[in-house]
Amino acid sequence: MKSLRGTWAIGANTFTELVRMKVFYFLLIFALLIIGSSAFVAKFSFQEQFQMLKDISLGAMSVFTSLLAILATANFLPKDMEDRTIYTILAKPVPRFSYLLGKLIGILLLLVLALLLMAGLFLAVLWLQERGVLAETRAQLQGSSAEDLALALKEVAAATFNANLFPGIVIIFVKAALLAAMTLFLSTFASSGLFTILMAVAIYFIGHLQASAREYLMSGADIHWWTRGLAAVVALIFPDLQAFNFVDDVIAGVAVPAGLFLQVVALGGLYVAVYFSLAAMVFAGREL
Amino acid sequence: MIARRIAASALLVAAFGAFLIPFQARLAAEAKAANFRATALDLDLREQIGQMGFLAALSGFRSPLAAFLWIEAHAAWENTEWGRMAGLFNTVTTLQPRSLLYWDMAAWHMAWNASVSAMQDTKQPSEALRIRAQRQYFQLGKDFLERGIRNNPDRYQLSLQLGVLLRDKFEDHAGAAAAFLRAAEFPDAPPYCRRFAGYEMAKCPGREREAYEFLKALYLQGEKQRLPTLINLLREMEKKLDLPASERLDHS
Repeated sequence: MKSLRGTWAIGANTFTELVRMKVFYFLLIFALLIIGSSAFVAKFSFQEQFQMLKDISLGAMSVFTSLLAILATANFLPKDMEDRTIYTILAKPVPRFSYLLGKLIGILLLLVLALLLMAGLFLAVLWLQERGVLAETRAQLQGSSAEDLALALKEVAAATFNANLFPGIVIIFVKAALLAAMTLFLSTFASSGLFTILMAVAIYFIGHLQASAREYLMSGADIHWWTRGLAAVVALIFPDLQAFNFVDDVIAGVAVPAGLFLQVVALGGLYVAVYFSLAAMVFAGREL
Repeated sequence: MIARRIAASALLVAAFGAFLIPFQARLAAEAKAANFRATALDLDLREQIGQMGFLAALSGFRSPLAAFLWIEAHAAWENTEWGRMAGLFNTVTTLQPRSLLYWDMAAWHMAWNASVSAMQDTKQPSEALRIRAQRQYFQLGKDFLERGIRNNPDRYQLSLQLGVLLRDKFEDHAGAAAAFLRAAEFPDAPPYCRRFAGYEMAKCPGREREAYEFLKALYLQGEKQRLPTLINLLREMEKKLDLPASERLDHS
């Protein structure tokens, strides 16, 4: 219980520290991006406007949360060592495991808040655009029958909000949580923050190709044993980030099957647990 | 101590992997079955979008990239650069094959706008060549819709648009009827898909009787299907087929 309280205190402190680092300034860029893009695409048809707004906003949400997860996590350990705060904390009866878990909780809280703010902004802009298009449609179809008007309004509503946007946003968070746990693991043995960031970015790209390596491994094609071995190692070590790539399909209006969504969330949770366990194991043996 | 920790980590990774690889493969198969993640990132795409674009597509940013290229295609449209537009549409639809809007708009631009522009091209004095260019754009529009349908077999919208294109640009009534019928088979398709199929069938020589029975069945479905076009067509066909009064519908 005491350990849990300690973990939570570290988490809350990490979160406060990150907020004080003014990381939320990136939200200004996000706001400029989506408000600017929504103004820019005003000359397109309303379906195109909504499609572009979703493309750009959800894409930006994915980029910003991924970047935030990697950049914020990579600097924890080097910074705490440089400031010597790590020694003060670990000199107290705080297990190293709790220290790391607290750090992870702090970054996850930050990611939740950042994503909520971005999603709120995105949904507000989408809603405002929808209101504008609905009013325009009503004005244009003033003399038409009630049935025609209802059909046109339904079409506008269908092009804006759909329930699939929410699983899409949740998956963005799960992917960012995975990246944070992975970066935390890397930082436990990395010699500098820069090394951690470079490694994490490289793994980010490789992770999007992992599925291809796995398919090659399981294709049963006539391939060299060493190629097969290499593909197996890639599939094993690097996370399959394509599995978390729902956004493109969600924007296109494809329905997200509940089973698939839950399995992907579970896969993300599993990755977080494994990366965190590895981080805890390495950090336990690290000389400070 | 260190050796034991390394062994424990390796064991954890191996145990995780033994479970993970088949699980991921199953998940990928499920996603494929649900028509998720259908884009193939191959060398053709690499050539189309350049190194930076390919990198962005690899990193999971296909949709923003598609949006930017779509804006570029819009700029090309404003400058009536039809060839460039066709290339950009090709790339956009490859990046976002599940977006119906991109397929639909690409086909519309090619078959309606580019084809008209080709026909009115003052730089081309030969009418035969203008007609040839127009037909090529019709075909491009059709190709976009057909590829869109192959990529979206679970949605009716593109089959409906293909029906419209075959009807209005190719005057291929049998093809249009088949496309409308394919659209009508989807449970969420609007009721006019079936009516459109009947109207097109009625224009196919030799299929008048089949079309009449088809339209009659629609008429008998109830008030919602009994639109003036349908009723007038039924009357015309009854005359054309010279049906006895007992077989005719009471349209009063």
